Amino acid sequence: MTLLVLKPPQFLGRLVMGAFAHVGRFSLLVLELGRGMAEWRIWLPRTMTEAYNIGVGSLFIVLLISGFAGGVTALQAGYQWQSSLPMYVLGTLIVSSIVLELGPVLTALILAGRIGARYAAELGTMRVTEQIDALESLGRSPASHLLIPRVLAGLLMIPVLTVFANVMAVVAGWFLVKQVLPITDADFVYGMQYYWRDFDGWYSIIKAFFFAGAITLIPCYVGFNTKQGAEGVGRATTTAVVNASVLILLLDVLLAKILLNN
Amino acid sequence: MIEIQGLRKRFGELVVLDGVDFEVREGETIALLGPSGTGKSVLLKHIIGLLHPDEGRVLVDGLDVAMLPRDELATLRRTIGYVFQNGALFDSMNVFENIRLGLTDPKQYNDKDYCQERVAQCLALVNLSPDTQKKLPAELSGGMRKRVGIARAIAGAPKYLLYDEPTSGLDPVNADIIDGLVKRLDNELGVTSVMVTHDVRGAFRVADRIALLMKGCIVLQGTKEEFLASEKPEVKAFLERDFDDTSFAA
Repeated sequence: MTLLVLKPPQFLGRLVMGAFAHVGRFSLLVLELGRGMAEWRIWLPRTMTEAYNIGVGSLFIVLLISGFAGGVTALQAGYQWQSSLPMYVLGTLIVSSIVLELGPVLTALILAGRIGARYAAELGTMRVTEQIDALESLGRSPASHLLIPRVLAGLLMIPVLTVFANVMAVVAGWFLVKQVLPITDADFVYGMQYYWRDFDGWYSIIKAFFFAGAITLIPCYVGFNTKQGAEGVGRATTTAVVNASVLILLLDVLLAKILLNN
Repeated sequence: MIEIQGLRKRFGELVVLDGVDFEVREGETIALLGPSGTGKSVLLKHIIGLLHPDEGRVLVDGLDVAMLPRDELATLRRTIGYVFQNGALFDSMNVFENIRLGLTDPKQYNDKDYCQERVAQCLALVNLSPDTQKKLPAELSGGMRKRVGIARAIAGAPKYLLYDEPTSGLDPVNADIIDGLVKRLDNELGVTSVMVTHDVRGAFRVADRIALLMKGCIVLQGTKEEFLASEKPEVKAFLERDFDDTSFAA
């Protein structure tokens, strides 16, 4: 902060150089991931384990939060309801808001906290306790042993979890909207189908896939470059979750613009 | 043979190595002595290419480590066993899996029978019982972790062994056991070893030659006798600080 006040050009220069250094290191990490793909005997079994950890380990919290989100969406729809609108519109409203936005974004933010924090802390601890150095010293690639399994498992499982979250939120919304408004199942299903486009489902999955990239790559990068012991691991974990969450929100806007408004 | 020529390394403003010249001959065990924080571990990490020099060269078997392409560096690393200060064992894997990772030949690594046999062999070499295999690193004592670290380093039958403070943090009895183990392994396996330590007694017990690193430079590199006979004030100060009676070294 002192530098910012006393020497703004130097501060700006360091900021720009730091940003370029991050871009360079991140690009090298992605390059390493590409190179490591040839060692499938190493990463494949580890990917399965990671996928199981992400999928089964996160399912309960994802279903719980998406269920509540779907329920609240329904209750708020009930609160704001105008009797002049046809009842089936509720089905459209709830399903569209969940599938297009709430399902993928909420799931991603939950998983950024759950998986992103774990990846950054695990890799950060491995870095500061020289476990990553040990792997390199054995002539082995940290990418195929540590990074590829985590990234692939995330890319595979986060879209799947998003689909589960969407279904859970719709079911919860359907159930709760019936408690506050006189809507029939037939109305809800009609509304759900009336404005439904298959692309909406794909859009949800495409978003989840991009979010999965943010949730896995950012924490892996931050964890992999951790310094300064336990404090560094703590800082890396916070940085990873914050940066991944911000990137998720940026991607959300960007993908809406690119995929929905063109 | 390992040759280090004019090695310079700095971290930010801090100059850690300032023109280090150092040589390790085939088959010998050399102890690299020096006070804590003088860059001994940094020097060791240059040999295996975990750090890159700002200036100077590190040659292993005539190959410039810093200039090697990725694949060739990986191949070179497979000829070097590195024993980390705190073991650096993979804490999510049990002892068997940790040592198995030391098998750097993919054929050997994927042959389960060979792995079983080799891991048991390596555990025996470091005086650990076979039932240690199933334990996680968290279940091991400090001395056992160091020994598992050594077992992992020797699993791939390396040509060189680099020990980073193998006895630090251990009580004198366990430190003696590790020193004895290092000496025995060097004799039995015929490897070329570099042992970084600040324990002068251990260095005299294990090494054929000793080098003293201070203020970023090698102050002296020679036999134990040359080391003891040296009139250099840094050497004398270092010896006097660690022990008064050097008679056991004879």
